[in-house]
Amino acid sequence: MEEEVLQHHISQQFNTELAEIRTQVLNMGGLVEEQLKNAIIALTDADEKLARKVYANDFKINALEVRIDEECTRILARRQPAASDLRLVMAVVKMITDLERIGDQAERIARMSIQINNSVQNKSHTINIAHLGERVQKMLHDALDAFVRMDVELALKVLHEDRSVDAEYEGISRQLMTYMMEDARTIPTVLNLLWSARALERIGDHANNMCEHLIYFVKGKDIRHISLEQVEQEARES
Amino acid sequence: MSETNVLTHGMNVAALGRNEAALSLENEDICLEVKDLDLYYGTKKALNGINMCIPRKRVTAYIGPSGCGKSTLLRCFNRMNDLVDEARVEGGIYLDEENIYDPAVNVADLRRRVGMVFQKPNPFPKSIYENVAYGLRLQGINSRRVLDEVVERSLRGAALWDEVKDRLHDNALGMSGGQQQRLVIARAIAIEPEVLLLDEPASALDPISTLKIEELINELKSKYTIVIVTHNMQQAARVSDYTAFMYLGELIEFGDTSTLFTNPVEKQTEDYITGRYG
Repeated sequence: MEEEVLQHHISQQFNTELAEIRTQVLNMGGLVEEQLKNAIIALTDADEKLARKVYANDFKINALEVRIDEECTRILARRQPAASDLRLVMAVVKMITDLERIGDQAERIARMSIQINNSVQNKSHTINIAHLGERVQKMLHDALDAFVRMDVELALKVLHEDRSVDAEYEGISRQLMTYMMEDARTIPTVLNLLWSARALERIGDHANNMCEHLIYFVKGKDIRHISLEQVEQEARES
Repeated sequence: MSETNVLTHGMNVAALGRNEAALSLENEDICLEVKDLDLYYGTKKALNGINMCIPRKRVTAYIGPSGCGKSTLLRCFNRMNDLVDEARVEGGIYLDEENIYDPAVNVADLRRRVGMVFQKPNPFPKSIYENVAYGLRLQGINSRRVLDEVVERSLRGAALWDEVKDRLHDNALGMSGGQQQRLVIARAIAIEPEVLLLDEPASALDPISTLKIEELINELKSKYTIVIVTHNMQQAARVSDYTAFMYLGELIEFGDTSTLFTNPVEKQTEDYITGRYG
């Protein structure tokens, strides 16, 4: 992270505590990225073993969320952080919620893939979802990168990308519906694919939220629930 | 696809619930104004080009490291620095638009209008009643009825009445530190000041007394303009409406407390309040 944030507090202990929660968020992020990657592979390659592994590992993410939350509460109680330290703790508390939800969605995708694999599957249906999956993985990766580097421009890119990902999901959704209309026997499989696509779109939303929290931390401005043009204006103002 | 969805009904949603409660100096009535104030102790310049406004009936806190000049500046507001031989002031301080450093100003009257409470409680070695009545007696008021009324009103105003009403003629020095400090405040408000200057009023007190004094400050601001110097940042954050950060005799930043403690403008301010100072 930027040197100025790591600049030493008089209290070395406080320094350590803040560095610790940042590290833990990145650990959690890394774990979630791994889960997402595996869930998507499980879906596209019909890999049931990998899917079960994702399902089995979700508890680790939940445990990290609880632990980081506790640590943040302690910091608030003991240190009464102000200004950027306070915003960092607030941003972390919110980001870990988004990360945990992403973990849940990845686990859902893994479960879907097991169900899909148990029925007849048309390979072409999964291709578009694989593409959506790649984009969303990149969004998550960029969101975590933006957090490490306190990079507002990268965060803004992710916000833009989310709009575009939402649109791609709409397209996939329409396409899957036509498959169902053409052949009613495909409905169970295609529904699972639809839910998987939806899960990916939700992951994109969570990555989007993480970037909003990051912008709040770096700029001190709450840019949620306003138009993207306004967000860019606010975020680029010094 | 438009960014604003149907639910916003064309309202600027960003404006709703966003800093509507934040105080702004533009909306305030100004009580004290400092203009180009410099202060020298001999050849040493202790205050450098201070320009600021103190809003009326609000609590303004001064924070900053030791030696930054906050107490020095506070003592300028009622010309206590006149009592220091080597102190020399340039520039002006305007109370209700009149310069308090004008030679024609009656300093005793100024000090009645601008009262001061110090870090160490300093009640007179008299009874509780006489402490509060002292200022009035100095003004020539000796009517028992008037004094009784003012003493009660002042002690109530200082949140002390219930604790002392049955022992008004006991010696003030027998009270606890927190009570003595509230007595000193009662004494100050008995002569109906416009401004109360508090120089680290709770530093010598235990945590509970400190919180009681903070509660009292919150009540007092409905009647008096309050200026408080404190080295306890959390206290400044709890108690004040506006905060001024000073460093090495200069005013670095002044703003509404909520914003200053969540998103300060100057890096120096940020460093100080987050404890990265030094």
